[in-house]
Amino acid sequence: MTSNDAMPPLAGPVLHDEIIAARAPWDRIVRRGQTLRIIDLEGNQAVDFLMYRLDDDAERYSAQDTVAAQGNIFLRAGSVLLSSEGNPMARVTATAVAHHDTIGGACSCESNTLRYGFHTKAQHACVENFLHANSHHGLGKRDLVSNINWFMNVPVEPDGALGIVDGISAPGLYVDLRAEMDIVAVISNCPQINNPCNGFNPTPVRVVIAGAAD
Amino acid sequence: MNQSHTADPKGAQAHARAMGGIRVEAMPTIPASAAGALPPGATPGAMLWEETIAAGGYAAKELARGARLRLVDLHGDACASMLVFNAERPVERLNVADTVKVQWNAYLGAGSMLLSDMGRALMSLVEDGAGTHDTFCGASSARSNAARYGSGDNWGPHPNARDRFLLATAKFGLGRRDIHPCVNWFKGVRIAPDGAVVLDHGPFAPGRALTLRAEMDIIVVLANCPHPLDPRPAYCVAPLRASAWRGAPTAPDDALRNASPEAQRAFLNVDEYYRR
Repeated sequence: MTSNDAMPPLAGPVLHDEIIAARAPWDRIVRRGQTLRIIDLEGNQAVDFLMYRLDDDAERYSAQDTVAAQGNIFLRAGSVLLSSEGNPMARVTATAVAHHDTIGGACSCESNTLRYGFHTKAQHACVENFLHANSHHGLGKRDLVSNINWFMNVPVEPDGALGIVDGISAPGLYVDLRAEMDIVAVISNCPQINNPCNGFNPTPVRVVIAGAAD
Repeated sequence: MNQSHTADPKGAQAHARAMGGIRVEAMPTIPASAAGALPPGATPGAMLWEETIAAGGYAAKELARGARLRLVDLHGDACASMLVFNAERPVERLNVADTVKVQWNAYLGAGSMLLSDMGRALMSLVEDGAGTHDTFCGASSARSNAARYGSGDNWGPHPNARDRFLLATAKFGLGRRDIHPCVNWFKGVRIAPDGAVVLDHGPFAPGRALTLRAEMDIIVVLANCPHPLDPRPAYCVAPLRASAWRGAPTAPDDALRNASPEAQRAFLNVDEYYRR
């Protein structure tokens, strides 16, 4: 795919259209039937993503249930994103990127110290963003689980070797999620500067919510 | 005339007390020092826990830093789904994503650490006689078991691992929000080049075992239910034995601790946590 691929039009009225600054958190309620579009404006910007059931937020996205049910670690067009109770929360209705990650997790100040050294302890990280965004909804640290990393590339090699490697996204590429239940969607626009998930340069992304609720 | 033996409290008491010596396969050994199967290197006086966990069953145990935990796949068809919490502060728990990312490898084996979400080693895998484990697929749910077996409830014949976790964690004051992604011991998952999940569900040779070391004071939670991708139509899972015994906390010159810069820092972070 190239950045020249036109984005398909979104069905229904645009309800929200916002640029998320580089390094920033974001959270928003998305109703069942609405589409959340995330646009990688400048290319290879990891967008860390979690979601919670609006009316029972102890039910949340489950990477492991999603991977088991689809029998594949990569999220692609058609992937159904399951909850911790095995219920469909959203589906990937379209994307211009071949695949997205859901096994690499979110960067944290603490894991950064293991991966890069103790000098990274004070650097901003996705877990900080998730904790901040979750605080708007009465959610906290115990609500953090393995997340989705839109636009991030994490291959697993035959010997199990795994790593965040150079991205396969490009400026203007997108992913569309159709909510299958009312959800709280939470984003950390990843601030990581020590690996290639953001091309070593965190950049803004755009989010659009469109469509009438079912 | 058919006289009931339990029509009055004394009769009911006698009936209840007559059961006290019954032995079944899936039960704890109390006291643990009477363990029937001492793990290699363990002495009766050092034993902390011996329990055979039923097919479809669960158990949980608080273990001190340095304790060893041995899991034995007694009949070759156990699936030991495991959660781990910092016992002192359970908001710190196993982070499967950090575990595979920080170690640059998704396949657990001897020498692997289980990392918390706070950049610390919660446990390490000091011995692995199985080599078939899973960090990807997690626990079965009521929904997934209902789809495969017709039911998945805790009170039925096909309990699911998530609801086993729910009961086990509830007994430590934890709940649905605390059931984090798990690891599955004994059932092997490998990833194909296209990202496909490939399960080796066995059954395997009986008696395969692994030994974990607690690197912090922990609560370990085990559910023994069929792997969520196990394709066999029957509810296929077999009893699992858990044994734990006292051990010394990991020494500064420990080989596993010094096997990588990431491990060195994870253990340094543990040391800092206990510097008080």
